Amino acid sequence: MRRVNFAILNVAALLGATFPARSQSGGELCFVLRSEPKTFNPMLVDDESSETIRYLTGGVLIRVNRKTQALEPELAVSWKISEGGKKITFRLRDGLSFSDGTPFNAEDVAFTMRTLMDPNLHSPTGDSFRASEGSIHVEVPSPRDVSVEFPAPVAALERLFDQVAIVSSHSPKKEAAVLGPFSVADYKSGSYVLLKRNPFYWKKDALGRSLPYLDSIRLDIQQNRDLELLRFRRGEIQLINSLDASYFETLAKEAPAAVRDVGPSLDSEQMWFNQFATAPVPDYKKEWFHSANFRVAISEAISREDLCRVVFSGHARPAVGPVSPANLFWFNSSLQPHAHNPQDALHRLQQDGFRLDGHVLRDAGGHPVEFSLITNSGNKSREQMATMIQQDLEQIGIRLNVVTLDFPSLIERISRSFDYELCLLGLVNVDLDPNAQMSVWLSSSSNHQWNPEQKAPATPWEAEIDSLMKSQASTTDQNRRKRYFDQVQQVVWEQQPFIYLVNKNALAAVSPSLKNAVPVVLRPQTYWNAEDLYLAPVRPGGH
Amino acid sequence: MKMIRKIATGFLGVMFLAAVFAEIVAPAPYAKQFREWPNAPPSRMHLLGTDELGRDLFSRLLYGSRVSLLLAPAAALLATIMAASVGGAAGYIGGWVERIVMTCTDLAMSLPWLFLLLTVRAILPLNVAPFSSLLITFMLLGLLGWAASARVVCAGARSLRCSDFVLQARACGSTPYRVLVRHVLPNLRPVLFAQFLTSIPVFILTEANLGLLGLGVSEPLPSWGSLLRGLENWSSVQANPWRLAPLVLLVLVVSGFQFILPREGLAE
Repeated sequence: MRRVNFAILNVAALLGATFPARSQSGGELCFVLRSEPKTFNPMLVDDESSETIRYLTGGVLIRVNRKTQALEPELAVSWKISEGGKKITFRLRDGLSFSDGTPFNAEDVAFTMRTLMDPNLHSPTGDSFRASEGSIHVEVPSPRDVSVEFPAPVAALERLFDQVAIVSSHSPKKEAAVLGPFSVADYKSGSYVLLKRNPFYWKKDALGRSLPYLDSIRLDIQQNRDLELLRFRRGEIQLINSLDASYFETLAKEAPAAVRDVGPSLDSEQMWFNQFATAPVPDYKKEWFHSANFRVAISEAISREDLCRVVFSGHARPAVGPVSPANLFWFNSSLQPHAHNPQDALHRLQQDGFRLDGHVLRDAGGHPVEFSLITNSGNKSREQMATMIQQDLEQIGIRLNVVTLDFPSLIERISRSFDYELCLLGLVNVDLDPNAQMSVWLSSSSNHQWNPEQKAPATPWEAEIDSLMKSQASTTDQNRRKRYFDQVQQVVWEQQPFIYLVNKNALAAVSPSLKNAVPVVLRPQTYWNAEDLYLAPVRPGGH
Repeated sequence: MKMIRKIATGFLGVMFLAAVFAEIVAPAPYAKQFREWPNAPPSRMHLLGTDELGRDLFSRLLYGSRVSLLLAPAAALLATIMAASVGGAAGYIGGWVERIVMTCTDLAMSLPWLFLLLTVRAILPLNVAPFSSLLITFMLLGLLGWAASARVVCAGARSLRCSDFVLQARACGSTPYRVLVRHVLPNLRPVLFAQFLTSIPVFILTEANLGLLGLGVSEPLPSWGSLLRGLENWSSVQANPWRLAPLVLLVLVVSGFQFILPREGLAE
């Protein structure tokens, strides 16, 4: 018997996990939602708080492992893509039930996909499957097999199923019946959402015990970050997702064991010059902004290392391009961030006819080089970055006026009036696949920020990006897709339509009482393995 | 009391001189970023430490004092003059003129200024030098801050209208303009003085709030308002208590103004 126990402990050690004692409850995990969830319907999720609830309650066919970034079978034991990426066939697990006890079968998957792809539902999750016009065709040959055929090939089709929470086709509770580790037990608007353990959840641990370990999760709705930090210090909440660098530093001084920096996240901070043809910007300035030499010179004049060290207290990395090094597969590792080199920047500018007149840089027409940078007010790190860039550019004789605007005014300027010169904003990436960035890179897209909605690509390099993005989207061979997207990153690095500045690190705070927490860079960073988490009393001195 | 008044006058005088001669007194340029020393504690090199970007806080406080101590009173003066003209005339004339003016004042006070300011920001060009943005900011403050004072002044003028000395002046044949300028307004002086002084800290703080709308003093120029924004993160203040220096200075300056006020002015 002792030998058996020893073997079990070895398996546990190999899996890198710990388990609560058999008699012990997993406890109630508490953390904060920073806004009110807009919906509990998993098909209509469009905000972070709703996404948190969907992640914790929804059962999916395929899950992206947030640590390895690889796909793992969940409700489906296997899947196969055929017909050039148009069709996917799933083999489902047997004997599973929804949280209300209703049995799960292929009809539920068919019902979910049909509902999701109904144009009248306007599902943001469904939109990501819509590569072209037309309806889907779903077949259920047996209770354990289901196939979904789309009107056109969908790149990275299987990854999209990570967002599709299966709902029951015949449960009276509809979307409240779930297949995930928790189900919604209580909700008080503006106050909290209480999730209880799903008694029918199918996963077991290495000892054969039902998961999840936690009895419940309480999600308090709280916008104030200072209060969130205060509650964490008091032990009222056990984790903080995506912590700011300044809060991280404060907490690190008090409880170094409670904070985790897991390296560069997928999020980036970048700026771009307005290259819109009819923008109300003087022609001589448009000429500067259209020059790749000018854009690269600006990029070289900025000290990204200083931005990382001063603004983010070292919890950021100089950014290379549209893909963060955190994206293990798609990152083009042959590229390096533009090094801070004011001399080289000046040399490049001289090639375009600029000259330094005392401390003022002038173009070939004698105009002093001066432009404004807009960013959203209230975002301290962006305001600080703008002020540092202001000093960096002053070193090469450029005067930068920093203007902070409220968000609606900023959006008005960058997407409607185009009355701006340089804009600094961040990009929050939630998807690893380059298809998620399609709308940014296609010159015809409205999100092609520096020059949107072009009838035909304005420059040869934009035409090249268009072609490469379409090529990568039309093949299912991952290696070929990778080659195409590497080239996109190369062109972006050479042309600098977006001047990428930093990739912020993924920072988190986890109470020592929360066991098995392994923060990662992908969202949701700290509770991606919620079913393995449990609370245990902290030994004295353990904090 | 005289001693406190002397100390307050001396303190404000020193502050004023330090602000005017900031170039000489400040140990470093206000915009220079010592990037190797962000959030540095007070030292011989940086008397009040440095801010998040490594800028010398003492120098920024001096230059910020220049901005706030010169321009906040200027804005307060503009607002008080407008309040005196509008409120004084309405209160003295009375009748339907007073009613119309007070209705306009109520209207001005009830307008959603936040949204109007956002519109103003949207109209303004982006390439505005920091000093010009500063003038625009304080001019806006002055133009927007008159309404509340105008009501107080109007009430004061109304009570003076029926006073014995005004009746006597009228009986002696003084023109309404002469009565207003020579008899009513001088007697409103304590009220105006109190309105002027209470407006100054309000405008300093409003400037800080306007910064959040992109209407405040733009970087890298410092103002007390922008320095006070450094107190937003309480955790950071706890770790770096010297960041409270702008707040302490603001309290001292506002208190100083209160102490040098004539007592009858405060009573009014």
